[in-house]
Amino acid sequence: MNGTDPSPSELAEFRAEVAAWLEQHKPADPGFLLPQTFMEVGSDQQLEFLREWQHKLWSAGYLGVHWPSEYGGRGMHAAFQHEVDRELRRQRTPITFNVIGLGWAGPLILDIGTDQQKALYIKGILSAEDIWCQGFSEPDHGSDLGNAQTRAVRDGDDYVINGSKIWTTMGNYARYMILLARTDPSAERKYDGLSFFLSPMEARGIETRPIQKITGEYGFTETFFTDARIPASCLIGGEGNGWRVAMQTLQYERGAAAGAAGGLPQVRISVSDLIDDIRHLRRDGQPLLEDPVVRDRLVELIMEEKALGLADRRTGLPGLNTDYPLSLPLSFKLRASEYQRRMRQYGLELQGGLGSLYVGDEQAVAGGFWQRAYFNNFATTIGGGTSQIQANIIGEQVLGLPKS
Amino acid sequence: MPMNNMQMVFGDEQGMLLDSARAFCRDRSTMPAVRALLPSAQGFDPQVWQQMAALGWLGVAVAEDFGGSGLGISSAVPLVECMGKHLLTTPFIDTTLVARVLQQAAGSDLSQRYLPDIVGGQIASLALLESEDWGDPAIGVTATPAKSGLQLSGAKTQVAYAEVAELFLVSVMYQGVARLLVVPTAAVPSAAVSRQTCIDETRRCARVDFSGVSVGMENLLPGDADSTLREVMLLGALLYAAEAAGSAAACMDLTAEYLKTRHQFGRPIGSYQALKHPMVEVLVAMENARSFVYHAASLVNEATPDRDAESACRMAKAQASEALKFAGDRAVQFHGGMGFTYECDAQLYIRRAQWSQQVFGDAYHHRKRLASLLLDS
Repeated sequence: MNGTDPSPSELAEFRAEVAAWLEQHKPADPGFLLPQTFMEVGSDQQLEFLREWQHKLWSAGYLGVHWPSEYGGRGMHAAFQHEVDRELRRQRTPITFNVIGLGWAGPLILDIGTDQQKALYIKGILSAEDIWCQGFSEPDHGSDLGNAQTRAVRDGDDYVINGSKIWTTMGNYARYMILLARTDPSAERKYDGLSFFLSPMEARGIETRPIQKITGEYGFTETFFTDARIPASCLIGGEGNGWRVAMQTLQYERGAAAGAAGGLPQVRISVSDLIDDIRHLRRDGQPLLEDPVVRDRLVELIMEEKALGLADRRTGLPGLNTDYPLSLPLSFKLRASEYQRRMRQYGLELQGGLGSLYVGDEQAVAGGFWQRAYFNNFATTIGGGTSQIQANIIGEQVLGLPKS
Repeated sequence: MPMNNMQMVFGDEQGMLLDSARAFCRDRSTMPAVRALLPSAQGFDPQVWQQMAALGWLGVAVAEDFGGSGLGISSAVPLVECMGKHLLTTPFIDTTLVARVLQQAAGSDLSQRYLPDIVGGQIASLALLESEDWGDPAIGVTATPAKSGLQLSGAKTQVAYAEVAELFLVSVMYQGVARLLVVPTAAVPSAAVSRQTCIDETRRCARVDFSGVSVGMENLLPGDADSTLREVMLLGALLYAAEAAGSAAACMDLTAEYLKTRHQFGRPIGSYQALKHPMVEVLVAMENARSFVYHAASLVNEATPDRDAESACRMAKAQASEALKFAGDRAVQFHGGMGFTYECDAQLYIRRAQWSQQVFGDAYHHRKRLASLLLDS
């Protein structure tokens, strides 16, 4: 936070300025499908488009507004960035895709990094010159992050890294990685043996192999470290503190007020978008939206989406959360990601014969948007702890059920 | 789209009501007390009812002019939710709904005559349903002008606590128009009230044959009843949804407790994901019901429900009906052989779920109407 809280009129004035700028400068439809989240950047064409957009937004002074001006921000109050973020959402702009930099690495470096690290990294994060990726998950340790086995051994002024990471979003494009690696395999608690690095991706011994997704697109890589040497100055937070630092990075995700640079990390997809896209379709010779079964199912989905918004709202009313205080926050990911899965899946089902076409077919409904969106959504029901793991956590921590 | 309205308020007054309701319901409606009332004639403890009146609960929807607290119908929501959680079952919901209608639509004479007594503990009941069809807009009971006022013909079914009510609010056709009529039970011969067997044994209801009953013209509420009936159907849906949300939470707690203590194959059965994961689905369904209930409570009060309020009440009832039905069903199943017995408390919830889903329209009834509100704009 910088300075005192801005007045409502200051914020409104700023918001109007942002709105006007966006009306004029937000990119036109490029004629190809854009990613809905940063995990879906699957082609050079998409990447270059998004890189250019983020650079333009930052150049105009609307990204990292509250980050220090000496590192590329404007040193203003976080509330101003919040206004930008709201306007980006309202105007449905493309995403600001450098999410690991903007939302994880950047705020972490600003919080606990050295001046040298800040000078080296922050501006490139904002300008999209330097793309960041995250190296947490490993092939054998998906749900059990604390058990990461990639080794980092101190050797003079370097660390030598061996092992592999998987699900590295934009690993093939990234210049830097936030890397969780094991510096002390003999630590009593597995968490205490981990350290956190701001690793270059261009070092010798680091190779990425793109992973092709069910959509047919790319977006993730597997990343291999074979005696890769990175400077010891890449360590952040001190040796053995990796787990604590990793947990700290998760705190920034909640937006500008929590320290992230802001922007629009993902486009929200609503059932109302679905209804707009299928309104013109027919079933049994009648308009689809006159079919009573379709209507009933759509209302169920509308209710589910509305319940997500209301749960957010209710989280802010302590008097209505006394019985199961952790219930709403702990179940948010499960509820939201599973809702999206069901809704998008239904989005295909509703298309009749057109539902069997795919991205690239000019007759596909909305260019195959729902087909791709459904497949891509598995990133959210699997990544960050699968829905099944989430259900275990909720059952145990909210309902007090015994461990599985 | 009404989807965008996310209003939810929960003020200090409601918070204090919720706290006192929690304590009251926990003390007065222990499981042995609930069990003891099941075979009783009237189904509730008159002393508890009088204590509720003394706490002012029967006057939440009634203005101070008529002895109420003027807090508004939304204040009944936390009360009813607590009652649902402790299976404290009385004529509270129906009496509150009648009070609300009289307050809003009756004019000062009828209000003055009946509301202060209701606030003091007089039981009032709604007589609306005539068949299995909660969605039927037709009204078969008629009121015809006669020498001494109005003469009624036709019967209503599932009139809550009809045997102990002191007045009925009855939907009738009068000169081809839907109207609401206050019928004091003194005007109804006791033979006209025949008890029905409720699937939820914590409740009482009866069929009431109004044929031949006469009441004065002044008991007719002014004006066409269509909008009042629409409103009472929505508020009824909301209050029964609040009760169902409370009961679903209690049912979930009961089952979770069993899953922690019951062991099979050397492990507590709650450690099995086949049981744990459906319990999380129950939790989410219940929490969603609560969210809709308190959202709706924030949109109804003095004014006639608008589109957003209508949508919220319908979502609340649709969601709460499904949540309790699912919670009750899984409660019986997850208690295994015990769950199949009358002795196991799971039966109280699975029975309530069947009652609760129907009253003021089931989930499909409300979703069908939501479809028109949400998809045809």
